[in-house]
Amino acid sequence: MTSAPTKVPAAPSETAALRGRIGDSPLRPDGTLKVQGEFAFGSDLWADEMIWGVTLRSPHVHARIVSIDVGPALATSGVYTVLTAEDVPGGNVGLDHADQPVLATGVVRYHGEPVALVAADHPEIARQAAKKIRVVYEELPAVTDGRRALEPAAPQVHDGGNLLRHLKIRRGNPDPVAPVVVSLDFEVGMQDQAFLGPESGLAVPDDAGGIDLYVATQWLHADQRQICQALGLPPEKVRLTLAGVGGAFGGREDLSIHVHACLLALRTGKPIKMVYNREESFFGHVHRHPASLRYEFGADHDGLLHYAKAEIVFDGGAYASSTAAVVGNGGTLGLGPYNIPNVQVDCYGVYTNNPPCGAMRGFGCVQAAFAHEALMDELADRVGMDRVAIRQLNGMREGDRNITGQLIDSAAPVAELLQLVQDMPLPAERLSEDEFDLLSLPGGVSNTTHGEGVVRGIGYAVTYKNVGFSEGFDDYSTARVRLEITADEPTVTVHTAAAEVGQGLITVEQQICRTELGVQRVVVHPRDTQVGSAGSTSASRQTYVTGGAVKAACEAVRAKVLERASTMLDLELSELVLDGAQIVSITGDVVASLQDVLGTDAVDETVKWSHRPTYPIDPETGQGDAHVQYAFSAHRAVVDVDTELGLVKVIALDTAQDVGKAINPDAVVGQIQGGSAQGMGLALMEEIVVTDGRVRNPSFTDYLIPTILDMPPMKIEVLEYADPHAPYGVRGVGEPPTISSGPAVAAAIRRATGKALRRVPIRPEHITEG
Amino acid sequence: MRITTTVNGARREVDDVWEGESLLYVLRERMGLPGSKNACEQGECGSCTVYLDGILVCSCLVAAGQVCDRDIVTVEGLSDQQGLHPVQQAFIDCGAVQCGFCTPGLVVTAHGLLARTEHPTDPEIREALAGNLCRCTGYEKILDAVRLAADRLADTPAGSAGRLR
Ligand code: FES
Ligand code: FES
Repeated sequence: MTSAPTKVPAAPSETAALRGRIGDSPLRPDGTLKVQGEFAFGSDLWADEMIWGVTLRSPHVHARIVSIDVGPALATSGVYTVLTAEDVPGGNVGLDHADQPVLATGVVRYHGEPVALVAADHPEIARQAAKKIRVVYEELPAVTDGRRALEPAAPQVHDGGNLLRHLKIRRGNPDPVAPVVVSLDFEVGMQDQAFLGPESGLAVPDDAGGIDLYVATQWLHADQRQICQALGLPPEKVRLTLAGVGGAFGGREDLSIHVHACLLALRTGKPIKMVYNREESFFGHVHRHPASLRYEFGADHDGLLHYAKAEIVFDGGAYASSTAAVVGNGGTLGLGPYNIPNVQVDCYGVYTNNPPCGAMRGFGCVQAAFAHEALMDELADRVGMDRVAIRQLNGMREGDRNITGQLIDSAAPVAELLQLVQDMPLPAERLSEDEFDLLSLPGGVSNTTHGEGVVRGIGYAVTYKNVGFSEGFDDYSTARVRLEITADEPTVTVHTAAAEVGQGLITVEQQICRTELGVQRVVVHPRDTQVGSAGSTSASRQTYVTGGAVKAACEAVRAKVLERASTMLDLELSELVLDGAQIVSITGDVVASLQDVLGTDAVDETVKWSHRPTYPIDPETGQGDAHVQYAFSAHRAVVDVDTELGLVKVIALDTAQDVGKAINPDAVVGQIQGGSAQGMGLALMEEIVVTDGRVRNPSFTDYLIPTILDMPPMKIEVLEYADPHAPYGVRGVGEPPTISSGPAVAAAIRRATGKALRRVPIRPEHITEG
Repeated sequence: MRITTTVNGARREVDDVWEGESLLYVLRERMGLPGSKNACEQGECGSCTVYLDGILVCSCLVAAGQVCDRDIVTVEGLSDQQGLHPVQQAFIDCGAVQCGFCTPGLVVTAHGLLARTEHPTDPEIREALAGNLCRCTGYEKILDAVRLAADRLADTPAGSAGRLR
C-alpha cells in the first residue's frame, strides 16, 4: 500500500501484543464456520414443526386480476393455507415510496409480481399447489420502454403518471458553445446482483400474535418498518435477526420473502421457511436500472472541457424502490470526476411495466460512467490527445467544486490514480502461434482461434462515487459496546444491526473495538432489531457510519471506565488512561487493574452516530451539498478480441483506488477484486433480457456471470489519503471498482476493434456486425 | 422411498423421500447436512459439489434414488478431529471467503483437484474451478488459497494423499 499523508487520530492504547487492530488484516471471525459448511445461511435454518412457503407470481406484464380461486390449491393434501391480497391486514411497502402491494391487489404491473402464497409441509407440494390456484387475468396495454413511458399517450403504470423523478442541473452558461463538440447515445442493459445465496428466511410465530423473522437482508430496520406497515403490527411484535447472507450487492435492500413468510406463519401458527430457487430469485429482487443516455461534451482544441449536456433515463420498472435516489446519483455524479464549468443535466426515473429496479453496487453511477468515459475517449481522439492525459487535464482536484457546486474538501486524486494504472507493467505480448495457451485466448478451450484474427486493446476509465446516503437523508448508525471481565479476561461485546453480507464488517467492528479499548477479545453480537438501526449495508457506508458508531460507543465506554477509576482511586480523570486490562497513569504506572475497577459490573454504552449532514439540492438548478464523501478509482483493462467471432478475453484488469484509510487492507483488496469482476461482467456478458416486459433468461444457464476463467489477474494499488471528516479517515471502498472497471473494459474493446460499441453488455454480434 | 447410504463415513438411512428429491435436498433437509449449498439447483454454480464414490458431482443433479449404497463425502466430512483440512485453512488464511456461499463447493472442488494433482499450475487451477461461481471475490484470493494449500500439503509428511479420503 502506498501511504500518503494521513491524519489518523492516535490510538489511545498502544498495547504491543494486541493483534487485529485497525490497519491489520485479522481473519474474519466466521471463516472457520464457512469453510466447514457450518455457517447458517438463511436457507439453512430449521425449526421444529417448520413448513414451507412458496409464491405464485404473475405470468403477465400488465393485467387486471378478474378473479382468484384458491379452492383446488387449498384442497391439496399437505397444504396448510393459501393467501391472497385479501389476507394482508396492512398497507403497501416500499423503500422510499410505499407503492408496492405485498400481494398484487386487483392488478399486476410486471412479469413475476407476487399474487398468492401457499404453505405446505414439503416445498414441492407447495409449488404444485400454487400451480392449482386459478387466477383469471385480463391483459392491459403495457409500457416497457423507459423513454416511451414519458410520452403522454403511454399506458400509466400507477395513477399520477410514469415520471418518478426528474433531476435538473443547471450550472454556468445556459447556451454554451465550444470549438470541439462530441456527442453520443449509450444504452446500458439490466444487470442482476446475482448474489449466490438465494432469498431466504424463517418466520417463527409467538403465542402473542408477534413474530420472529430470521432473514438474509441488508437493512433490518427498514425491513421491520415495512413489515409492521404490511402486517399492521407494532415494532415490538416484529423482531428481526439477520440470518447468514450469501452476498447482497443491493439486491437485498428491498423486501423479498419477509412479509410473505410472516403472513403465512401468523396464519398457520407454524414456523415458515421460504427459499427462492434461482429462477424465482431473478424475479424476487430489484435489478440495476437499464439506462438510456444521451451526452454531449464541448471542449477547446486542447481538450479542456467547456460544457457538458446529459439526458439520462433510468427505467425504474413497475415499483419505485430506490429509483429516486438512483436518479439523484446518476444526475449529480453522472458527468464523472471532471471539472466542467457549464452543465445541463436532465435525469429521469420512470415507471414502466418492466421488472422493478433499485439498488445495485455503484447505484446510478455505473450506467453514467459508461457514457462519460466513452465520450472522453472520443474527445481525446478528436483533439488528438492521449486518453489518459485528457482525463488528467480535466480531472478534479481537492478544492474544486463539482457540478452541483459542492466543494471537494478532501483528496481527489484523479490524475494520480490514472497515472498509477498507466504506469503499471503491461502483460506480456500474446504468445506466438506455436506456444499459445488456449486458456489465454478468446474462446478459451472451445479452441476457436489459435491467435488468428485476434487484436489487443487497452482502455482506461476513472470514476467517483458518493459514500453514504445523500441529499439530506438522516443517515446514522447505532452501536452498543459492553466491556466486562469474563473468565478473568477483559471482554468486549459489540452489538449493531448492521448487516454483514460477506464484506467483513464484523471483522472491522472487532478491529475498532480492539484499537479503542485495547482489549483482545471482542465478541460480535448477532445482528438484530434489539439495538437501534445501523442504516443500510449499501452505498459503501458501513465502515464509515457503523464504524463511526462503534468507535463513538467505545469512546463512551472508555470514558465511563475512567470516571469509575477516577472516583475509586481518587485520581484526576485527565491523568488516567485505559490500556487493555489496566488503568495506567499518564506517567505510565499501572494504578489499578480493570478487574479492580469493574468487579463483576459491565460498562455498557449505546451511541447513535451520524456523519456530517448533507442537503437537498435545489429543484431548479441542482446545486447543493448533496453528498458526504467521494471515493475515487481508476482502471486499466487489456483485452484480446477475436474480431471474426466477437469473443473477448480480458488479459489484465488493473486498478488504483483511494480508500482514505484501509482498516483491513486484505479485505479492501477483496472488495476491489470482487467489485471489479462485477463491472467487467456488465461490460461483457451480464444482462437480464427483457422482451416486451417478459424476463427471458432467469437462470445461471442463460444469465452469465464471470467465472474464474473470465477473470484476469489484477494489479491493485491502494492509496490512503485520509478524509479528515471521516472516522480514521476512511473512505467507502465497495462500489468504485464496479463503476470504473466496466467502462475500461468497454474502452479496450473499442480500441481493439475500432467499433463505436454504444451499448453494454457488448455481445459478440456487436463486434462482428457491419 | 427409503434411502440407505454412507455419508462422511457413517451409514445413514432416511425414509419418506419423494422420488423427485435431489441428493442435495436429502443432504440439506433430511440428513441435517446443510453445508452443501443450493445457489442454482441446475448444475451451473458448483456450490453443491460433493464426492460420490470418490468423484466430484453436483449433488443438485443427482437424484436421491441414485445414491443407495454409495459413498458420499460432503464439505462437513473434510475436517477431522485434528482440525481443518489444509484446503479449508488456506481459504481462511488467504481471505478467499467473503459471504461464503460458494465456499463449501469450492473447498470440495479444490480438495478434489489437489487429490489428483499435487502442484497444479494456474491454468489447471482455473480449469478445475471453472464450474464454481463466486460473486464476491473475483476469484483472485481463491487462486491464492489453492496455491497455498498445494504448498502446505506438499510440506506435510504424508503428502497430499495422506490427508485425503
Ligand atoms: S446448486 Fe448444484 S450446481 Fe448450483
Ligand atoms: S464468497 Fe460470496 S459467492 Fe463466493
